[in-house]
Amino acid sequence: MKKSNSFNRKKSKRNYANWTIVYMLVTVLVIITSLPLVYVIITAFKPLDELFIYPPRFFVKRPTMRNFADLLGGLSSSVVPFTRYIFNSLFTTSAIVASTVLISSMGAYGLVKHKIPFGNIIFNIIIGALMFSPHVKQIPSYLVVNRLKMLDTYWALIIPRIAVAYNFFLMKQFIEGFPDELLESGRMDGAGEWKVFSRIMMPNIKPAWITLIVLSFILNWNDFFNALIYTSNQSMKVLTLVMQQVGGTSIARQGAMAAGAFLVTAPVITMYMAMQSNVLETMVHSGIKA
Amino acid sequence: MQETSVAINVNKSPELDQRLLKGWYKYRIGIMFSAPFLILFFVFTVVPVFTAIFLSLTNYNMIQKPSFAGITNYRLLFTDDRVFLIALKNTFIFAGITGPLGYVMSFVMAWIINQLHFRNVYSLAFYAPSVTSAVTMSTVWLFFFSSDRYGFINDALIRIGIINEPILWTKDPEYILWVIVIISVWMSMGTGFLVFLAGFQSIPQYLYEAAAIDGIKNQFMQLWYITLPMMKPQLLFGAVTAIVNAFGVFDIAVAVAGIPSPNYAGHTIVTHLYDYAFIRFQMGYASAVAVFLFILTFYLGRISMKIFSAR
Repeated sequence: MKKSNSFNRKKSKRNYANWTIVYMLVTVLVIITSLPLVYVIITAFKPLDELFIYPPRFFVKRPTMRNFADLLGGLSSSVVPFTRYIFNSLFTTSAIVASTVLISSMGAYGLVKHKIPFGNIIFNIIIGALMFSPHVKQIPSYLVVNRLKMLDTYWALIIPRIAVAYNFFLMKQFIEGFPDELLESGRMDGAGEWKVFSRIMMPNIKPAWITLIVLSFILNWNDFFNALIYTSNQSMKVLTLVMQQVGGTSIARQGAMAAGAFLVTAPVITMYMAMQSNVLETMVHSGIKA
Repeated sequence: MQETSVAINVNKSPELDQRLLKGWYKYRIGIMFSAPFLILFFVFTVVPVFTAIFLSLTNYNMIQKPSFAGITNYRLLFTDDRVFLIALKNTFIFAGITGPLGYVMSFVMAWIINQLHFRNVYSLAFYAPSVTSAVTMSTVWLFFFSSDRYGFINDALIRIGIINEPILWTKDPEYILWVIVIISVWMSMGTGFLVFLAGFQSIPQYLYEAAAIDGIKNQFMQLWYITLPMMKPQLLFGAVTAIVNAFGVFDIAVAVAGIPSPNYAGHTIVTHLYDYAFIRFQMGYASAVAVFLFILTFYLGRISMKIFSAR
């Protein structure tokens, strides 16, 4: 696909000046919007005395790893080590992402490339589910999880968040455009349905599920509400919950807070950075045709 | 597979049995592939929506059985619950600002950035705040809004001479909602930005070339006559996510102001839902709040569908 910055940029002086202004404005905006993130990185490496300097200073003079050591090394009085929260976040998020990618792709394949009864109605229900706030289902989901005795377990943090309408929708958009002939030729060669799905279709729609991995990871890694209602035991808490607990503006905590914020935000930003072009390529298919 | 056993158990007449078996044979692959998703989707999305509607018509405290209460919950909600009305007001102010602002901003920024060199660098820098955790970044923003003179914003305002005393940004009911709005706008590029940015690239080049011949002169005319009409599906998707996110405000509100917030200045619909459901365990009443939110977002979603329907 060609870039669509299509209008012909005339080489006139006025135009050139206009573009310079646009670039400057956008650059200033970028600097402003990234300030809090830059601040997290800087503060995470600030030694204690620099945190207490008045007037407050934005940049760091003598960077240190002390804040990370404090955060991870149990200098905190709590019983549960910080590494446990990291594990909880990482484990639940990975489990959700892996299951949702598999289950949504399979579901979309079954619905689009094969037939199921009431397929159209089911698909419309899924589209409808894109359109309301997910908080509506929290109370009954909580009751189900409670009834299944899954509160304060990893199951509670994983199972209710696997079947997401958006993920199904995204995979369906891609699978729909996948040529039937390729699937058919696989079947001719004697491949079973599972082989056709896993060896022919999935490798060919890699951009779609890589995007799904990225978006789903971001969403679930940052989740707060589910973790808040499904866990009360301190050892089951995830990073976002803990960040809210240790929040507060005391300056002494600021270094550890920033180190924590660094650990929470760095993975998602790195992941997104690595995958951006792939995600953009996929998002083209994300429109809803009304 | 379990579907077969269910099908066989349910009916007794042999012909129906035959038909179901035939149906099963025809649909078996589709069903087997989609069953895991559909079962989880029904248990944790479809059934809960209807359960919430049912619960909203009852009193239910999780210890005794739900008792039918008719529309009492809704009546109390809108006539007696002063705090809910505050939550409603806050949420509408919040959504009325951050929804449209975030939506328009993400479109305009995507449109501009799409035309720049270093497009990937700029879009990464703009989108980065949206991939971070709202709760975590709110706690970081709290240092900017810190109530003492160590807060960067107070410090700056005092230096410039706009204020003499530090402002209690997160404790003074007058400012809390605005702090939440500012942080949300900062994070609000959301999925919309990505979808728009991708959408621009999906519009075929020849349309612009043809239009140039037909007298479309500048990029604003291109935007109005070609880009916007071609982007309807993406615009609709962006609108739907913006609505759902704006009315579902919770994480940032809690991280900034806590529950309950001073004078309920940071109280939102979802905060109210959380308060009644998971602190007081009045599930019936909380479900009424949930159903109200459901109807509100769904209705606004339908309106967006009308606006952006591809003719």
